[in-house]
Amino acid sequence: MALDDSKKVKNFKVVGTRPNRPDGIDKVTGRARFGADMVAPGMLTGRILRSPHAHARILRIDASKAEALPGVKAVVTRADFGDVPDHVADVMDNCMAGDKALYDGHAVAAIAASSAAVARKALKLIEVDYEVLPHVTDVDEAMKPGAPVLHEGRQQETVPSGMSGNVIARSEFGHGDIEAGLAKADRVVERTYRTGATHQGYIEPHACLATMSADGQGDLWVCTQGHYMVRNVCAAILGLEQGQLRVTASEIGGGFGGKTVVFLEPVALMLAKKSGRPVKMVMSRSEVLRATGPTASTSIDVKIGMTKEGRITAAFAELRYQGGAYPGSPVDMGAMSAFAPYDLENVKTVGWDVVTNRPKAAAYRAPGAPMAAYAVESAIDELAKGFGLDPLAVRLMNGADEGTKASYGPTYPAIGLKATLEAAHRHPHWTAPLGENQGRGVACGFWFNFGGDTCVSLNVTPDGTVTVSEGNPDIGGSRASMTMMAAEELGIPYDQVRTIIADTGSLGQNEVTDGSRVTFAVGLATIEAARAAKREMCRRAAMIWGIDEEAVEWEDGAARPAGPNAGKFPPMTIKEIAAVASNTGGPIAGHHEVTAEGAGVSFATHMVDVEVDPETGATKILRYTVFQDAGRAVHPSYVEGQFQGGAVQGIGWALNEEYIYGEDGILQNAGFLDYRIPVASDLPMIDTVILEIPNPGHPYGVRGVGETSIVPPLAAVANAVSAAAGVRMTRLPMSPPRVLAAMQAAKG
Amino acid sequence: MRYEAPQDVEAAVRILAAEQGAYVLAGGTDLLVKLRSDMIEPEVVVDIKRIAGMKAITAEDGGWRIGAAVSGAEMGEHAGLCADWPGVVEAAGLIGSTQVQGRATLAGNLCNASPAADSVPAMVAAGAVVRVVGPKGTRDVDVIDIPKGPGKTTLAAGEFIASVFLPARGARSGDAYLRFIPRTEMDIAVVGCGVALGLDEAGKVSAARVALGAVGPKVMLVDTAAEALIGRVLDEAALADLAAACSAAATPIEDKRGTVDFRRHVSGVLARRAAVIAEARAKGEKA
Repeated sequence: MALDDSKKVKNFKVVGTRPNRPDGIDKVTGRARFGADMVAPGMLTGRILRSPHAHARILRIDASKAEALPGVKAVVTRADFGDVPDHVADVMDNCMAGDKALYDGHAVAAIAASSAAVARKALKLIEVDYEVLPHVTDVDEAMKPGAPVLHEGRQQETVPSGMSGNVIARSEFGHGDIEAGLAKADRVVERTYRTGATHQGYIEPHACLATMSADGQGDLWVCTQGHYMVRNVCAAILGLEQGQLRVTASEIGGGFGGKTVVFLEPVALMLAKKSGRPVKMVMSRSEVLRATGPTASTSIDVKIGMTKEGRITAAFAELRYQGGAYPGSPVDMGAMSAFAPYDLENVKTVGWDVVTNRPKAAAYRAPGAPMAAYAVESAIDELAKGFGLDPLAVRLMNGADEGTKASYGPTYPAIGLKATLEAAHRHPHWTAPLGENQGRGVACGFWFNFGGDTCVSLNVTPDGTVTVSEGNPDIGGSRASMTMMAAEELGIPYDQVRTIIADTGSLGQNEVTDGSRVTFAVGLATIEAARAAKREMCRRAAMIWGIDEEAVEWEDGAARPAGPNAGKFPPMTIKEIAAVASNTGGPIAGHHEVTAEGAGVSFATHMVDVEVDPETGATKILRYTVFQDAGRAVHPSYVEGQFQGGAVQGIGWALNEEYIYGEDGILQNAGFLDYRIPVASDLPMIDTVILEIPNPGHPYGVRGVGETSIVPPLAAVANAVSAAAGVRMTRLPMSPPRVLAAMQAAKG
Repeated sequence: MRYEAPQDVEAAVRILAAEQGAYVLAGGTDLLVKLRSDMIEPEVVVDIKRIAGMKAITAEDGGWRIGAAVSGAEMGEHAGLCADWPGVVEAAGLIGSTQVQGRATLAGNLCNASPAADSVPAMVAAGAVVRVVGPKGTRDVDVIDIPKGPGKTTLAAGEFIASVFLPARGARSGDAYLRFIPRTEMDIAVVGCGVALGLDEAGKVSAARVALGAVGPKVMLVDTAAEALIGRVLDEAALADLAAACSAAATPIEDKRGTVDFRRHVSGVLARRAAVIAEARAKGEKA
């Protein structure tokens, strides 16, 4: 749906303001109901038994002693699920191991019991015989021909013969001639970069409450980013009709992509089915870290040629991502996004999807892109500095613009990369003085953004207020944004609209809350639903006035005659029309169903100052500024929140966060003590600058903003630390021991 | 699991001595975490907070006696304690979050017997002595003799720590504690170092105690570090010798929190920095 011409200029009454979020009071008072807050009569406690081995064949599971324990109502293993359709086979195997346990923490059995104490005791009574197998957790090790192989027969035809079976797929993107381009360069930088695996780090652990009645009707209350996805996947795994399983999304304490897949849900439903009782399951923090979606760890080669003036003549990257125990690491998106900010004649990326004995990678905010950007933006920084060039100017010189053919194929419409770079150049941060042991880094980032299946239903109540039902869990303030867009379109105040997240029985299919799609796609559907309601209200007014529908228009919350020829009638407000709706044809509503397209891509430039302690290698973030194109900031506070949140997660990834595996393949830091996400005192206020280059694909110009913000910070922080430490850091995280060792090595 | 809250030491000792699975509850900031993560399954939890004196900070022989249930936050609000032993107070104040600070205690930190406990090197540097009560009566023990190894103490069955005594500070003396963590709070020491110094009238070091944490199975008092300082002014050369002594004395392991080289190096760095602060405090300067 195209940009509404009347909205190209700032012509808004509600959009762009900063009202309180409708879910705010419940959240600050503790009334909001999250995944673990739901109860049901006769509810049982479900718990999962997890593999203590990184890779092992499951020879036998004997649960008879557990089943005999008083209070145990059901035990579930993979055998209970039987065969499942191919498209959910890996999901099933990840939720409950089949022949093999593929990583430390992999579920092998589950129990439902009358109390947590009984469940805990029962887990210890389940006997599992394992044949421990050799394991591999490192991406480069897993690609070696002699590495232990997780799956036979999964390698795709794109992979040359002779490579390890762990190499699942190869992808390639780009255009031009790399060798010819490199020949024109004054200097070529070629380096290998590595990044650790990080977890999304949401505060709320996975939780659900499942019931299954004897007639095959199921109900599920769950903390998820997409309850329609949960319904569809669980129905496929349990052999249910989708219409018979109703899923309701709880409030969500963070997701960041990690709650776009199922872990507990099919198991809880199976326990409920076998026990005939409601079953609640709540993961511990250690289970969250051991068994749910981290992102990929990576190893990336970059080769870039540049002229002494700063023009990139050729750019190549080879990306190796391990995505855990099943195919589907986000390497393709890394390979597509790596050079997306630049207008390049010769560019090529090659991606390798690799499996290892780690938990299956789940989406994490711009999946695959931050690591690729880290490698590419580090190399560009090194080249620019080597020539003594301004790193922002070099990026501007090579920056993509409207009409640029992107490295991953498409030609860009209007985009905001250069606007972010120019804003960064103008900002006082860029010229602020730095002290001893301090360094400044900049980097650019890109994300595709997404649309997808979306349904919105908007109802006008008899008193003329409005309810909006949408199907996407609100992870970033989207209820406020939908309310604002509905109010804007209807010309009524924000507080006259309430938006709810409807269950799967109330609307058609909705894509998961992912791909930064919600404010764009659900917003678009909300605007269209409001327009449908407006058309209906104009029709009702026309009927009352006895004039043609076409002679009525909607303005400022009321139907009005379109012009002097239409007749002289005082405006009819939404309240007046709603009050007589029963006499003019019945209740008034508008709805819209769409597979949304035209999600505009989004770019950002980040700037950060750090200080590195030369005696300990510890990095302190001194100042941080995000410059990002939002298309149109519907609720600027929540846009700023997305910018800040992405920057902070990126800072954690850059400095301390990392999955640490021992030689035994066991995760060493399955807790928030040793898996170090930044705490508030680690950070300065993250400053933000919102650029608004309207998305031509949305009526108000909205672009998704949730993911782009995590793409530049790894590189920006790495460039700053490298400048402060006086040595180029090529491995993340830049934990103090690594930085100190690099500084000492550089000193010789 | 039973919960008992005895009114006096004798009753507490009776329960602790009688039952195998009895655990002492003061602040509970370690006990409750272990309970919730299934690390322990107590038969009985003995809450000592209702025993007289457990929540008191009392002046004694020019020093301070701190009850076993006094929290870090309470220590931080005690002007006399902060003036005399700022290093110990700051070390206790580094443990956990603001919420944890309202409950966590010196005695609990010591009895948890983590090699990385923040308050322990500070107490060892300060020459603190704990009062242990038990079925065989009362005994006073140097703090350094309480930890036996990771998670293990020298306390006998039925014994618990009733109070911690910080001796008189002495003229021209001061203490300091620093730890290294990758973050700024809510973390565990990769290296911790407590330093207590006394100066003579000429400003030379007349007494020194230097303790390291997290670089061995238990807290260590580094005599060579003290010897490197005594009789000298704290100039660059003395500080370099102090750092070298600490780096040499450290016996760290390599784990997820740091490498051996890193911990050795940082032991020296922290000792230098803590000594400079302790010296300033000994001179009556703000630090």
